[in-house]
Amino acid sequence: MRPKYMRSPLIPEMATQEVQLNETLAHLKTESETLKSKLEEERAKLHDVELHQVAEKVEGLGQFVMKTRRTLKGHGNKVLCMDWCKDKRRIVSSSQDGKVIVWDAFTTNKEHAVTMPCTWVMACAYAPSGCAVACGGLDNKCSVYPLSLDKNENLAAKKKSVAMHTNYLSACSFTNSDMQILTSSGDGTCALWDVESGQLLQSFHGHAADVLCLDLAPSETGNTFVSGGCDKKANVWDMRSGQCIQSFETHESDINSVRYYPSGDAFASGSDDATCRLYDLRADREVAIYSKESIIFGVSSVDFSLSGRLLFGGYNDYTINVWDVLKGTRVSILFGHENRVSTLRVSPDGTAFCTGSWDHTLRVRAICSLI
Amino acid sequence: MTSNSNLSNMRRLVEQLKLEASVERIKVSQAAAELQQYCLQNATKDALLVGVPTGSNPFREPRSCAVV
Repeated sequence: MRPKYMRSPLIPEMATQEVQLNETLAHLKTESETLKSKLEEERAKLHDVELHQVAEKVEGLGQFVMKTRRTLKGHGNKVLCMDWCKDKRRIVSSSQDGKVIVWDAFTTNKEHAVTMPCTWVMACAYAPSGCAVACGGLDNKCSVYPLSLDKNENLAAKKKSVAMHTNYLSACSFTNSDMQILTSSGDGTCALWDVESGQLLQSFHGHAADVLCLDLAPSETGNTFVSGGCDKKANVWDMRSGQCIQSFETHESDINSVRYYPSGDAFASGSDDATCRLYDLRADREVAIYSKESIIFGVSSVDFSLSGRLLFGGYNDYTINVWDVLKGTRVSILFGHENRVSTLRVSPDGTAFCTGSWDHTLRVRAICSLI
Repeated sequence: MTSNSNLSNMRRLVEQLKLEASVERIKVSQAAAELQQYCLQNATKDALLVGVPTGSNPFREPRSCAVV
């Protein structure tokens, strides 16, 4: 699923024009190389200390015991994505089997189920009102389903097609209302859509390959979002202008997940290079890497605890690693899933976190005790 | 022609780099201090960090589990 680049053959009469264009091209290339070096230089000047050095005096964290409190069974194939409802108890999840399920995580009851016309539903999201869910995947679309109180009603009948991409939908998120949806796609772009009309409000171009993930800045910090892609870049965008305002390229492989730090001043990323990284937006650089030599499998999804002190990472080796964000050390490793962890989200009030896996299940975990 | 699109792509890249270079930055020491401050200020509200009083976490099953 990578874009192909086509080359047209040279026509002899255009040779002179070609030479002139090549000269300008070379000039621009040099200018871009110079600018890139200058950018690195400017960033390096302010790199006076490491985050973990600043955090040396902070008290270390005790041992954690986090237990699985609920296991949600019902998907017939790999769980690919999940999202929490603002009510802190409902969860929407989507799967390779084409099904999107809404669960009450307290009781583990399935409240709604929708069968999509495609398999690999890679993205799903709960609307802020709790009255609708959005989802999509290999159908290249993002569709919104209003959730009916009538359990017998066929949800598929009220389906609204909102987003249209030219490749798979990798992620979607409502903005701070039910009216707008942000999407990312294998076609290399992100886009903002009006739910009611399906109109494209803004598109975001800049990634050189599939965009795999996105996250909206906490509402207090303004209209920006971050995206990560197969081009190893994490880009921060201005939602109104469509402009990429900051770009970070330190990962060595695809970025599968991005998540804002709760204050909005930083964001974390998880990558196929087996590391999670923290980027501070005001310092405009990477400020921490969360990795161990023993961790060699890719990170599929990351999320912060409420205070931002803990970073949870779901990995392709079936585990969850919990990192001390400030000190850069791992505080816990959690087992339980029998296949890759594909999606991970902390609940809206931070009391629990949910993981979805290729083992067809979702698990909700909460802290048990501090030793 | 492909060369023309390469040219406009390069022009866009140069403009983008100029924009990114003009971003105002602060020192890592200051940024790190503020990240740390946020963590510490909100630590007591972070249930996954400090736990919650017995019985008040909706996901806990009713059993005797010591919460310090």
